[in-house]
Amino acid sequence: MLELLITYAPKFFDGALMTLKLTFISVSIAALLSLPLAILRRSKNSALQLPIRLFVSFFRGTPLLAQLFLVYYGSGQFRLELTDLGLWWFFRDPLYCALFTFTLNSTAYQIEILRGALQAVSSGEIEAAVAIGMTRRLIYQKIILPHAYRIAFPALGNEVILMLKGGAIASVITLMDLMGRTRQAFSQTFDISVYFWAALFYLLITSAFVVAWRLLERRLTRHIDYHGVNNLPSTSSATMTGLNNAS
Amino acid sequence: MNKHISALALSLLLSVIPFSGVNAAEKTIRIGTEGAYPPFNFFNADGKLAGFDVELAQALCDKMQTKCTFVAQDWDGIIPALLAGKYDVIVASMFITEKRKLKVDFSDPYQKSAMTFVIGKDSTLTDFSPEGMDGKIIGAQGSTTQGDFLNALYPNSDIRLYPTQDAVNLDLISGRIDAQVGDMIPMLDWTKKSTDGNCCTLAGEPITDPKYVGDGVGMALRQEDDELRLKLNEALAAVIADGTYKKINDKFFSVNILTLQ
Repeated sequence: MLELLITYAPKFFDGALMTLKLTFISVSIAALLSLPLAILRRSKNSALQLPIRLFVSFFRGTPLLAQLFLVYYGSGQFRLELTDLGLWWFFRDPLYCALFTFTLNSTAYQIEILRGALQAVSSGEIEAAVAIGMTRRLIYQKIILPHAYRIAFPALGNEVILMLKGGAIASVITLMDLMGRTRQAFSQTFDISVYFWAALFYLLITSAFVVAWRLLERRLTRHIDYHGVNNLPSTSSATMTGLNNAS
Repeated sequence: MNKHISALALSLLLSVIPFSGVNAAEKTIRIGTEGAYPPFNFFNADGKLAGFDVELAQALCDKMQTKCTFVAQDWDGIIPALLAGKYDVIVASMFITEKRKLKVDFSDPYQKSAMTFVIGKDSTLTDFSPEGMDGKIIGAQGSTTQGDFLNALYPNSDIRLYPTQDAVNLDLISGRIDAQVGDMIPMLDWTKKSTDGNCCTLAGEPITDPKYVGDGVGMALRQEDDELRLKLNEALAAVIADGTYKKINDKFFSVNILTLQ
């Protein structure tokens, strides 16, 4: 079983790199896209809101596998049209197809996460900001977004993990990610322990990510004293939280 | 230690496989096939398994006077599911290779095996040596002899492995891949008989190196099932002798696939 790991370790490593690449590129692009879309999603203008709602319900309501098949094999049926549009180079490449699908899927989820977070920002703070004459832009920058991202942070981390694991289907369009390498190793050895190692690899990646995300979260929320111990803010707001801790 | 981990992993896996009782129904032979490999095995318009493999297996069962049921299983897991006792024999046009023989036993061959390159009709490729295919994209079904062949001999080509043969065909049509390597008979059938296969043509010399194509196509069984294997061999010899094999062969193919003449 260990020999197996040693023989296939370089391939597993390659696969893990592909998995990380797929996940982090797509969730990052999705993070950029989802913020403006989430703000538009909250707009009262239904011409702006409706298309986004349709987009979100489509990508949240259908399996990622089906979406990947649709994009990959679907685009293959329209080669001539796509060539005319100058887009075939993009859809010809399985990596771009996977990134495209995963990005859209993750965007849909992140829009919903951010929408909820934006709604959860307390209206009192926004009113206060308006009262002291902050511009709309400044209110977003200083009040709404820092709050919203703090609220959304755990859910966004969850979305990254889901994407990382959901990405295991990439091998159906020939991308050799961690799961693809595992299946390949399995087909050459028929030894089920390769799946055991693959699970361990996934666990390792997600654990590392969870730790990193938690550290980031702690940094972002360092002014909020969740646990009430050993976490005293050093100077400015010491009086307020310090009082709470005493109780 | 090693053994313990393997045993633990195995028991974890087995605990999620619902056991259907390997010997519970001795009378019925359960046959595993892929169902995605026309014309050998596929689902017909009624949603039933059909094709050369299925009809031949049925003929063997009739010869042995036993009842048979068919189970469809994805190619990737077709040997593990046999070993796990989900069915008793694989009849899915599987090449008899040394590597597979480590895990399963094979019946006598019931088809001759060869592989071939397939390219689009508008393709300009003529040299199918590893040098000639340098930098080209070649597709094949994964977990197959074709995949092993490409991975071993074409390190400088971009090898893409697909879950099913249909998926490889689709991408050859769309031009995502420059060429594919497939089994000779289904490729012959696809390019000559189907409308979408009209895009493409066989190319290069047939690949017959026994290291990759094995010793023909056989039915795979668990290594302890010698009795069933011998019965199947006997029945196979009988259907070849009495012309049943030829009848089924001619229904699907224009060449005799036992000899490829």
